[in-house]
Amino acid sequence: MNAAAPERGAASRAAPPTCGALFTGFFSIGISGFGGVLPWARRMIVEQRAWLTGAEFTDLLALSQFLPGGNIINLAVVLGARFRGWRGSLAALAGLLSAPLVIVSILGAIYGRFQHDPVVARTIAAVAAAASGLILSMVLKIARPLLGDPRAIAVAALACAGLVFAHLPLLLTMAVTVPLGLLLARPK
Amino acid sequence: MIQHLLSLGSIFGELSLLAVGGGNTVLPEMQRQVVSVHHWMSGADFAALFALAQASPGPNMLVATLIGWRVAGLAGAIVATLGLIVPSSVLSYAVGDLWTRWRDRPWRRRVQAGISPVTVGLIMAAAILLSEATSRSASDVAVTLAVAVVATTTRFNPLWLLAAAAVLGAFGIV
Repeated sequence: MNAAAPERGAASRAAPPTCGALFTGFFSIGISGFGGVLPWARRMIVEQRAWLTGAEFTDLLALSQFLPGGNIINLAVVLGARFRGWRGSLAALAGLLSAPLVIVSILGAIYGRFQHDPVVARTIAAVAAAASGLILSMVLKIARPLLGDPRAIAVAALACAGLVFAHLPLLLTMAVTVPLGLLLARPK
Repeated sequence: MIQHLLSLGSIFGELSLLAVGGGNTVLPEMQRQVVSVHHWMSGADFAALFALAQASPGPNMLVATLIGWRVAGLAGAIVATLGLIVPSSVLSYAVGDLWTRWRDRPWRRRVQAGISPVTVGLIMAAAILLSEATSRSASDVAVTLAVAVVATTTRFNPLWLLAAAAVLGAFGIV
């Protein structure tokens, strides 16, 4: 992997990346992003290959987070399409997912085979507990901007309680909380 | 078998379009469908598959692949993975250009501001339900809390925290 190049402006960008470049670029994101691929995505797209400026990347990221689905998956689709149409989307997606799919399948097969071995079971249970901790930490980080906005906290609490305590289906929970969120929103 | 594949396709296809704010928001619904509605596996099994997906590189939504595999083998893995990826990707492909054109419309910020608390609530639910499933002993709870604190207050790569937990588990320390 190259050392990070300084961020370059739009003016110095060369021709749009080919499908092959989209594949290899997103392949590098797919194999490096443990537990959170977005920082790696920024590194590859802005710093290493200069496909986008920092501001363009931030706008693309906002879109990927706004749309339903995995953020990095959406990002690959939109960026691929911007440079090379649907072929670019497919190339970026294939690059992003091929290695992780193989690795996760191997891990799954190993687990399926040895899950009743006590050492494997203990190891996976500990990793699962740690994975819960990572999600908890993610909540703490993304909830911080809501502090000081009681309406937003109420909407978040309602969405959470609908799933955890009332065991409501997600579609129903969202049908109530999304309009409520829009109604109460105070855009900055 | 066909019945399972149809169920997998429709569950993950729906989750794909409901996953506002990323894959973790649909974990509670995924868990509900897989564990409570279809009884394909226990809550602890679900948490274990999620942990494997977390420990793999790439998008953590690949837990769908593992669930599909467990339910219906290779065909199940393919159907669940495509179900989770294709609908949202088609949508992204369709609206990618519009977004740039709408850059300065005020409603765009209002929508973002309105949806973000919902996203926080859904991920909070995911954290609670997953922690419930993985907390089978006091030491499990300790691992969860320790990782939450370290991941929040430091910039360690999360993989190191998962690896540390794996070592502690393998040697029977937790």
